[in-house]
Amino acid sequence: MRFKRPYRAGLTAFAVALLTATAACAEPTINKGDNAWMLTSTVLVLLMTIPGLALFYGGLVRSKNMLSVLMQVFYTVCIVTLLWVLYGYSLAFTGGSDFIGGFSKAFLMGVTPDSKAATFSVDANISELIYVCFQMTFAAITPALIVGAFAERMKFSAIALFIPLWATLIYFPIAHMVWYWAGPDAIADAAKALAAAADGAAKTAAQAKLDEVMADAGWIFKKGAIDFAGGTVVHINAGIAGLVGAILIGKRVGYGKDLMAPHSLTMSMIGASLLWVGWFGFNAGSNLEASGGAALAMTNSFVATAAAALSWMFAEWIVKGHPSVLGVISGAVAGLVAVTPAAGYAGPMGAIVLGLIVGILCLFFVTVVKNAIGYDDSLDVFGVHCVGGIFGALATGILVNPALGGTGIMNYVTGKIDDYDLATQMVAQAWGVGTTLVWSTVGSAILYKVVDVVVGLRADVQTEREGLDITEHTERAYNM
Amino acid sequence: MKIVMAIIKPFKLEEVRDALTAIGVHGLTVTEVKGYGRQKGHTEIYRGAEYAVSFLPKIKIEVAVASDQVDKTIDAITAAAKTGQIGDGKIFVINLDHAVRIRTGEADAAAL
Repeated sequence: MRFKRPYRAGLTAFAVALLTATAACAEPTINKGDNAWMLTSTVLVLLMTIPGLALFYGGLVRSKNMLSVLMQVFYTVCIVTLLWVLYGYSLAFTGGSDFIGGFSKAFLMGVTPDSKAATFSVDANISELIYVCFQMTFAAITPALIVGAFAERMKFSAIALFIPLWATLIYFPIAHMVWYWAGPDAIADAAKALAAAADGAAKTAAQAKLDEVMADAGWIFKKGAIDFAGGTVVHINAGIAGLVGAILIGKRVGYGKDLMAPHSLTMSMIGASLLWVGWFGFNAGSNLEASGGAALAMTNSFVATAAAALSWMFAEWIVKGHPSVLGVISGAVAGLVAVTPAAGYAGPMGAIVLGLIVGILCLFFVTVVKNAIGYDDSLDVFGVHCVGGIFGALATGILVNPALGGTGIMNYVTGKIDDYDLATQMVAQAWGVGTTLVWSTVGSAILYKVVDVVVGLRADVQTEREGLDITEHTERAYNM
Repeated sequence: MKIVMAIIKPFKLEEVRDALTAIGVHGLTVTEVKGYGRQKGHTEIYRGAEYAVSFLPKIKIEVAVASDQVDKTIDAITAAAKTGQIGDGKIFVINLDHAVRIRTGEADAAAL
């Protein structure tokens, strides 16, 4: 998967090390089972976005804005899909700097049906084109999550411009920072070469080579932050961008006065359920192999989600007097968000605790905190995705602890699980959360301002009152 | 001839229809309506956003009957639609000048 830096020419010692390494290691192989699972996972993640997320969001808006939401989500999927193969994949998943990759795989240059991408196991590769498509679906859903924050009031032309800019300047760099690394084969090869190095000079050269391979990774990855399936990259990233947008664009006309009840919780329930189904591709697929690790991620994505749905439901029942459908499905989504970074690291019992807490935490944010601060995040992108994402990212640092049933963190140099240290891991996780928050907040604010200057962000009051469907798209969702 | 118009609770529609059929009223027009009377509205809560909903869903039925049938009709509707709770609805009686059955051209009492 990952671009391996070419050797700096002229260093004979490196060549020696390379020969040793090549002699010791066979070319990584592609397992058809892994490929089959990743093909499946890829379409499952597409299912999350369309129709899953589109229906979940669409049901939550008023019927006059249903089509605008469906359109925004569908548009996002299509535009990001194209950007991804043109330059997005290259910027995210080739070496370059700590913050962004290069253009060596732009237009999928050099990526053929025979190309291989690394997984998390030595000597187990998948076809690179599958990895391209799998990661493409992540790039597509992330900006689609944002549109919920400013739903019912943003011009489509503004969204059409904002989404490609945001994907390019916010998502691709963050994906690079969190997920880009040289891969297990490169590290294991370099480590073997070091072990095999006979004399001092060879050892120095092999050590330098290992250091180089280890340095060939994104900024957050190198901080030691772990994010299994995108708690930082996807949820914190989109969630904070949504909050910034909701604040900059302003409240909907009539917010706090008019009835803004969801027009179809039936649609939202279908959407949330499709999100849950698709999320198995997202989380269990992020294991990149059809192995026990995928099974663990699947188990965690079942139990954390169920726990969060119930904790939200019961908390609402106790506090407000009634258990609600919107509550139970919102809790499920919050659970899915929180378990995303932890899916392959936590044990199932840890995942249940994670879910129980996040359901109550997100309920608290979307009811108490949102009303206290007074921003209009239409569909609670911040309250569910950012808050749930931050909680999940930090909790992952705790739940990965083998003493709590977690998997621990693999060290590909030693080939063993590293000793766990709470403080070290939490600092690393905080780096991941903090970097993403700062990058996305500042970058998104700038992009909203740019779009505002170019096409204007907000629909006029008359358009908003009439609804975006008929004014922007000249269609109605329901002709009955 | 009179039109008897009744606003009733939606779940009482079938009982009202049965009661009217039993007294020989064989035509009925039903409309889904929203409104409020003494029952006022109710509160809906969506993720902590509380909305006072003033207009409640009701069913409006309209039956055209001969004048001597009016009391029987009112009694039948009242008996079937009553729960004793606030929000049971109201009955209005309106004069009806003329009626025609489109298929046959029959008029007034013969058209009902």
